Amino acid sequence: MKQLISIRGLSKTYDSGFQALKHLDLDIHRGEIFALLGPNGAGKTTLIGIICGIVNPSSGTVTVDGHDVVLDYRATRTKIGLVPQELCTDSFETVWATVNFSRGLFGKPRDHAFVEKVLRDLSLWDKRHSKILALSGGMKRRVMMAKALSHQPDILFLDEPTAGVDVELRRDMWEMVRELRDRGVTIILTTHYIEEAQEMADRIGIISNGELILVEEKAALMSKLGKKQLTLQLQKPLNNVPEGLESFALELTDNGCSLVYTFDAQNEQTGIGTLLRTLAERGIDFKNLHSSESSLEDIFVNLVRGR
Amino acid sequence: MNIYGVRSIYRFEMARWFRTLTQSIVSPIISTSLYFVVFGAAIGARMGEVNGVSYGAFIIPGLVMLSLLSESISNASFGIYFPKFTGTIYEILSAPVSTFEVVAGFVGAAATKSVLLGLLILLTARLFVNYHIAHPLWMLAFLVLTAITFSLLGFIIGIWADGFEKLQIVPLMIITPLTFLGGSFYSIDMLPPVWQKIALINPAVYLISGFRWSFYDVSDVAVGVSLGMIALFMLLCLGIIYWIFKTGYKIRP
Repeated sequence: MKQLISIRGLSKTYDSGFQALKHLDLDIHRGEIFALLGPNGAGKTTLIGIICGIVNPSSGTVTVDGHDVVLDYRATRTKIGLVPQELCTDSFETVWATVNFSRGLFGKPRDHAFVEKVLRDLSLWDKRHSKILALSGGMKRRVMMAKALSHQPDILFLDEPTAGVDVELRRDMWEMVRELRDRGVTIILTTHYIEEAQEMADRIGIISNGELILVEEKAALMSKLGKKQLTLQLQKPLNNVPEGLESFALELTDNGCSLVYTFDAQNEQTGIGTLLRTLAERGIDFKNLHSSESSLEDIFVNLVRGR
Repeated sequence: MNIYGVRSIYRFEMARWFRTLTQSIVSPIISTSLYFVVFGAAIGARMGEVNGVSYGAFIIPGLVMLSLLSESISNASFGIYFPKFTGTIYEILSAPVSTFEVVAGFVGAAATKSVLLGLLILLTARLFVNYHIAHPLWMLAFLVLTAITFSLLGFIIGIWADGFEKLQIVPLMIITPLTFLGGSFYSIDMLPPVWQKIALINPAVYLISGFRWSFYDVSDVAVGVSLGMIALFMLLCLGIIYWIFKTGYKIRP
């Protein structure tokens, strides 16, 4: 079965009347890294909360590996590890105690060798006897990761895993997430950093106001919605876009010093050749040119704004 | 049944207790010793016997109950309130543990601590007063049942409370008065007739009376009634906890 998590018609309205999710459908495939992108308050954390059992759904169903998350919670929760957004730890516990606690809580017998491996992988082994309150923020985040991995989950939820984390640790995290995926763990991460989704994800879902706006393979998404721009830096500034070039929909920017041509990178005929020839014919000279692809960020901003 | 889960919660709670051992053990022992010095030795020496028992010995079951109730409630309420406060409760909510297992872990640990403490107070009392226990097994049964029941109540308070002051208010405003007025330091029949009737609506009366019976074979109300009241109260607490988890009240939106 390709789908590991299957969400159907999921809605959540909090007691305050706030509707966090509106009839949401989504499938998560086995073994993928799925990135859930969305602005604050879009419903990302609520969605994760329902799958993990922290929030009760108002209507709709979620199944994990064929088991309903409400009716058959033991089967589903055993498979899931969660690293929440907030750094919530028992400050007075040692790293060793808290990770072993998590393992037991999720119904697994003690296994010191395995916990040692988790701690070593996360560079926490030297800190195992330290109390959590004595650790740095980055270390605490690793502890939370270790807790989530302590019971060997098949699915790992990372809610904003690299928020407030320095660049080096972020790279480490990414590295580790990839390793986990290679071992067969399915990973769902939410993020504000588009760069992160772009870097990590196999598929991307964009959520806004409790609705999934789209779900797409990352590569397909980027090429489908991706536009390219060609910027020509002119020798001499222009006042207007020259006549006869209207069909190219050019934009004059940078006080008339640059001409920007936007085209669809997927098209066979991009029109660049024609444009350059036409410019040459009119004697418009340029000193430099560069082309750029729109990033996921542009795509994202356009989509969310479009709502 | 997630045995490992229950054991993890239980161990975690016990470890918390041992970390603050001085505060957890020494302070109740000191306060109980003070009660004995004041009421047992100083005042008790001038008092006659109550129901054929010397006053110093008479107050022992009441004092144990006093500590048992307040410790059960404060241990259990703090145990569940703190993860709520720090946010670490996410892990318990997302874990494959049932309501019963969560309660067994938290309440089991809180009740264990209270029972140990109760026994410790009994040992301390031995230094001041010579007493005997007529029905040791019943004494233990009352101790354990009361500890469990009031740990359940504490658990409910811990979930209900959304601030530290609320955590304190029930033990302070309700439990302490009820135990003081429930015959810790006197027999109910020492009260004027009207107050004897009123005292019977106080649940602590039944606890203390039953517990005292297991020591000295004398009681204010029948032992069966005492046991029935504890059972009733325990069922009530279990019902409320079942409802809490069923509806997610204050813990699972």
